[in-house]
Amino acid sequence: MDLIRFPEMSRGNLRAMRQTVDGAFRDFTRAWGDTLEAIFAPLQSLLTFIENLLIRSPWIAVLAVLAAGIWLVSRSWKIALGSVLALLVVGYFGMWEDTMRTIAMVAVCTLIAVVLGIPVGILMAQSNRMNAMVTPILDMMQTMPSFVYLIPVVMIFGLGKVPGLIAVVIYAIPPVIRLTNLGIRQVAPDVLEAAEAFGSSSWQKLRDVQLPLALPTIMAGINQTIMMSLAMVVVASMIGVRGLGQPVLQAINQQYFTMGVMNGLAIVAIAIIMDRTTQAYGKRLQKHTEAGK
Amino acid sequence: MNKAGTHDIEIRDLYKIFGPEAGQHVEAVKAGLTKAELNDRHNHVLGLQDINLTIPHGRITVIMGLSGSGKSTLIRHINGLIQPTAGQVLYDGMDVVTMTPTQLRDFRRQKTAMVFQKFALLPHRTVLRNVAYGLDIRGMAEAEERARHWIDRVGLQGYEDYYPRQLSGGMQQRVGLARALANDAEILLMDEAFSALDPLIRMDMQSILLELQQELRKTIIFITHDLDEALRLGDKIAILRDGAMEQVGNGQEIVLRPANAYIAEFVREVNRGRIIEARTIATPATQGRELPDFTVKARSKLDLVARRMTKAGMSEAQVRDGEVLVGTIDLPAILEAMVNPADAASDD
Repeated sequence: MDLIRFPEMSRGNLRAMRQTVDGAFRDFTRAWGDTLEAIFAPLQSLLTFIENLLIRSPWIAVLAVLAAGIWLVSRSWKIALGSVLALLVVGYFGMWEDTMRTIAMVAVCTLIAVVLGIPVGILMAQSNRMNAMVTPILDMMQTMPSFVYLIPVVMIFGLGKVPGLIAVVIYAIPPVIRLTNLGIRQVAPDVLEAAEAFGSSSWQKLRDVQLPLALPTIMAGINQTIMMSLAMVVVASMIGVRGLGQPVLQAINQQYFTMGVMNGLAIVAIAIIMDRTTQAYGKRLQKHTEAGK
Repeated sequence: MNKAGTHDIEIRDLYKIFGPEAGQHVEAVKAGLTKAELNDRHNHVLGLQDINLTIPHGRITVIMGLSGSGKSTLIRHINGLIQPTAGQVLYDGMDVVTMTPTQLRDFRRQKTAMVFQKFALLPHRTVLRNVAYGLDIRGMAEAEERARHWIDRVGLQGYEDYYPRQLSGGMQQRVGLARALANDAEILLMDEAFSALDPLIRMDMQSILLELQQELRKTIIFITHDLDEALRLGDKIAILRDGAMEQVGNGQEIVLRPANAYIAEFVREVNRGRIIEARTIATPATQGRELPDFTVKARSKLDLVARRMTKAGMSEAQVRDGEVLVGTIDLPAILEAMVNPADAASDD
């Protein structure tokens, strides 16, 4: 027996297998593509709506609203002022519109990730079986090269915003799920027992005890999700998502060094703004843990 | 506005075995399989065995034992936080063990309240919201008003808007007590409620509890590992060891007539003069003999009686419960009762 050559499947069979799977998927795409597109159409409208709102409103109004929002969440003049300065610089260097598109996309992706991720995290925290089932899926979502799952997404949706959203959400949702799960599991057992002893229902326990105590951890997850969706903007631009990713892609292809650096720095600026803002919010949530009044 | 205890709690033939196949080993344990054997042969832990206890309504029943004796396990059977392997927990015609989840929830909401060793306050809620917690769960409209009342009663007025983390241990447990009392339940479960506190603060909390109980008359089950605490609080004391009930009785009985060597060892260090009452050692007055001039109260503790008698220069006294003559008492008898028999034998 030949011990050097690995006993692999015959080429013919391998090709037949690939063709069967590809064929089946193509059929699926033809049969269901329109339906799926219709299902995701509201997301497209939402993204377009936010994009247009940010781009077509007077820039000074947009800046004021963003600054107010950042202050409300972080309650820090420093962060609000820093954000305004950063956005002014970005705008002055001609990247205002792309920055607004990117902010819109990150906002929608984060919203989807939170809406889907927190319930999944809660389910995982309630049941060890669910936890054992979902964890490997999350591992796969985080390690699978994103280009691989871009193939079926593009086959179904073509190029555009929706496939971009899906790709980004797949990549960025695991931290919200994981940290929601972790946060709920970390709630002290004696506090839970007290809730039970006073006759809480499971829903009351979740609403009054588990979620509020897990909230700082969940916020850390949301923060991570925002950072990861920003990291995906360049990849998403390859399938037609407009924003700061596109000029970066163009710069890579044509070796425009300055253009690449400028847009890259704009992404960094947004990342820092969002990170500091959400972190400050997370810290505010933990105020009750501080001693002294 | 508050409910006194109205029904006794009856714990009947209760067994608790921890392990995946607990149910299969109950019969063997009932037939005499010991804790060690169960552990060695089947790798199951015997938590409680053959517990029979009547918890009288309106009184404080103390369940005492060292760590690992099963006392915290036992108290959790009363509100169904732990399900027994066999046995019943009866209250007002209901068996807590067989309640449906909904019945159990209502029972916990309406009939019981619990105070925990490590306070178990909700760290993200203020004192006021913590005390109102049990009422919030029941969706009670006047939760806040009631919570304020109990915050006042435990002496925490002015601290309503503090977070638990900002309070000392003693104050946190006052919040825990107020939270339980605000629930206005007949049964109050206190799981080593004062064990985590400094001795002085513990005494303080005991006084608060006794004072409130004077008026509230709740059915209180109090867990402790501290005999002094048990004797001070308990109308009835049950001593647990390795999951089995060693002795049940009031403080006097346990101190004067320990059921076995284990309990005798336990009560050795107790200050007997502060526990034993005059009526306990009074001897019936002999017919025809003249009664002593001096009178002491039946429920006075011996150290007080001895002090009063010595001060007055009397060696004999009559013991009266109100108008009723209980018997007579003399100084030698008092001294003998105050000295631990074990110490008296060894110190010659």
